[in-house]
Amino acid sequence: MATLHTVNKSPFEKSSLDSCLAYVKDGSSVLMYEDAIYGAIKGTAYADKVAAKGNVNFFVLGADLKARGVSEDKVTDGIEIVDYAKFVALAAENDNVQAWV
Amino acid sequence: MSEQIKKFMYINRRAPYGTIYAWESLEVVLIGAAFDQDVSLAFMDDGVFQLVKGQDTADVEMKNFSPTYKALGDYDVTKLYVEKESLEERGLTLDDLMPLTYEDEDDDWAEKDSIRLVSRAEMADIMDEQDVFFSF
Repeated sequence: MATLHTVNKSPFEKSSLDSCLAYVKDGSSVLMYEDAIYGAIKGTAYADKVAAKGNVNFFVLGADLKARGVSEDKVTDGIEIVDYAKFVALAAENDNVQAWV
Repeated sequence: MSEQIKKFMYINRRAPYGTIYAWESLEVVLIGAAFDQDVSLAFMDDGVFQLVKGQDTADVEMKNFSPTYKALGDYDVTKLYVEKESLEERGLTLDDLMPLTYEDEDDDWAEKDSIRLVSRAEMADIMDEQDVFFSF
C-alpha cells in the first residue's frame, strides 16, 4: 500500500523525520513542509539519510522553502519541489496519508 | 534610582514561521531596547535560520519579519552572536545570512558588522558573562 507521509517539524529540533524514515516503506512517499523543509538542505546529515532511502519518493513544498530563504539549488538531489496543488494530488493518489507531527 | 547596567542576553534557538518564538523574541528585543541595557542576541541551534537572507513569505501568506533584524542597529542592538557549529550542521555559511550592520558612534559612525561568528566554546564563555537570559 502506498502511503504519503507528511513531516512538518525541523529534523534538527524534533525526531519526526527520523521516525518517519524508520517506518516508511519502499514505494511510499515523504513530503516535507513548514519547518521540515530544513531537512531538505544539501550537505547535512539528512541529505545522506534521504539518499539512503533509494526506493522512497521525496517531496518538499516550494512555498515553505521560499518563505525561509532556502533557494531551490540548495535542495538535496532526488527531492522534488512541489506546489500546493501537487500536495493535494499526492494525498489523493496515495492509498493513505500519515502525518508525523 | 541606581542606574546599574546589566548584561541581557536573548537566546534564539527556533526557526522562524513554524512557531511564533522567533517573532516574539524580536518583539521583546525591540521593547527591551528602551531600557538601555547591555544587550546581546545569541543565534544557535535552529535559531540560525532566522537570519537566512532572501526570505519571501508571499506564498505562505505570513508576515515576513526578517527585514526587522536590519533595524536592530538603530536601537543599539549591535551584538548578534551566531554559532558556527549550528550553521555548519544545517548546511549554512555566513554567506547565507543577511548582512546586518550598525553605525559605531564611538568610531566616527563607521559602519560595522553586527553579526559575530563564534564557536560553541566561545558562545559558552559569552553566556557565562551574562546577568539575565531571555530564552526563545
